[in-house]
Amino acid sequence: MTSAHKEHIDPHTGTSTTGHEWDGIRELNTPLPKWWLYMFYATIVWALGYFVVYPSWPLISSHTPGLLGWSSRGAVTQELAALQHKRAPMVSALSQASLPEIVKDDKLRGFAVAQGRAAFGDNCAPCHGAGGGGAVGYPNLNDDEWIWGGTLDDIHQTIAFGIRSTHEKTRVGMMPAFGQTGMLKASEINMLADHVRALAGLSTEKSYDRAAGEKLFGEQCAACHGDAAKGNQEIGAPNLTDKIWLFGADRAAIAEGIHRGRGSMMPAWNERLDDTTIKALTVYVHSLGGGK
Amino acid sequence: MSLWNKHQIFEKNSLILVIGVLIVISIGGLVEILPLYYLKSTIEKVEGMRPYSPLELAGRDIYVREGCYNCHSQMIRSLRDEVERYGHYSLAAESMYDKPFQWGSKRNGPDLARVGGKYSDAWHKDHLDNPRAMVPGSIMPAYPWLAKTALDYREIRSSMKVMALQGVPYTPEMIENAEKDLVAQASAESADVEAVLQRYPKAQARKFSGANGPVNEADALIAYLQMLGTLVDFKMYDGKANLR
Repeated sequence: MTSAHKEHIDPHTGTSTTGHEWDGIRELNTPLPKWWLYMFYATIVWALGYFVVYPSWPLISSHTPGLLGWSSRGAVTQELAALQHKRAPMVSALSQASLPEIVKDDKLRGFAVAQGRAAFGDNCAPCHGAGGGGAVGYPNLNDDEWIWGGTLDDIHQTIAFGIRSTHEKTRVGMMPAFGQTGMLKASEINMLADHVRALAGLSTEKSYDRAAGEKLFGEQCAACHGDAAKGNQEIGAPNLTDKIWLFGADRAAIAEGIHRGRGSMMPAWNERLDDTTIKALTVYVHSLGGGK
Repeated sequence: MSLWNKHQIFEKNSLILVIGVLIVISIGGLVEILPLYYLKSTIEKVEGMRPYSPLELAGRDIYVREGCYNCHSQMIRSLRDEVERYGHYSLAAESMYDKPFQWGSKRNGPDLARVGGKYSDAWHKDHLDNPRAMVPGSIMPAYPWLAKTALDYREIRSSMKVMALQGVPYTPEMIENAEKDLVAQASAESADVEAVLQRYPKAQARKFSGANGPVNEADALIAYLQMLGTLVDFKMYDGKANLR
């Protein structure tokens, strides 16, 4: 191959060759297909148009904004506004209606339950389970036993401000760590654990002495859980006479609770969710079966 | 055919070809990457961003060590469904002190950019111990050793110095008090908590893992997770000023 090769036309195809030659075999310089070439040029023209209408080139202190003025943040803001507009009639109906009114109105309730279910799936299900079934330490929302009250207002307050959260209106109440703080001896804790099981109609150890258990319960526990151990929803003290157990019913779990204390935390959702979503969640949780 | 002839020099000399390719790629890099360093609009001005506290930084190191970024992103894209689910789209300013950034590119698990405060500490502890106990369908591996392993923070000052070298505004005072701040933030009762809050506003101080004993790895990781996305107050943020 020489740098100044002469044009050579292949006699069979009629196209020129590149000038490469090996043992008399020449390389055809077949031109690019026209359709491909014009598409390639078209993409270049397209890119030039793109430069003009969309943000593209960096400048000294900002960038070319493009004739359309498009931005991804502007676009999502518009989409969200459109969504808000679409939802507006039902959302404003929800925000104006009181909780009992929503529950009475079939259409509003249907909307609230649907919205509530969606919000529950992302925000509440990690702790309370996809169907509200709960887990050890995270209450079941399907039963009719409520630690902080099961009325619409109670549920609304719990969701909005949380339990032992950082919000100033949070629900507070703490089961003391009777063992860790030395308020009770290990033997007393075991006796109380047995007594609490007896209250719920569960089996007890042979050593259990009902009278002594009752006396100790009256001194240490009744102030919060009540003389009849029926609990107190004002301070989140659970009913101990039913067979619903947040941390387990076995003697060890109960003794651990008395020893270390209990105090689960639920975040205040009004810092993350808007008011109508919290209302919808309230109606949804209320509708799960246990709403009072 | 003059162009053809000039091109020969590239095709016949591999070294010249390599240099030519490098020059072409550099032009692309200069145009696409360099402006991000000098354009003022790259990182928006927001209130509230601060460097990680020593405990949070140690937690972030564990996040990186365990490869959390392989399945969790920290980048809420400006798309409607993402904003609906996770909250305000992520700002560049929110990861300006992340070296390296943790945006991630896979979402086997949910985005974590705003997970701070969404769940309780106890939930995080239970979930790290055994994700299936909290979320039955979860495919996340269990990390039960975190709460049982004491946090090794002997190198925390060096970590902060390296961050400072990369432009994170750690002051000598912050580096000086690193160990003290780290221990104080992991126990709510410590008298030094006040100083931690002074240096790192909005920091949360408590025994995050709930486990007894010295500061453990779960304390650090949960402290980090609980602060993610909590620094910028979006009620005060003017989105219109930063459209792009």
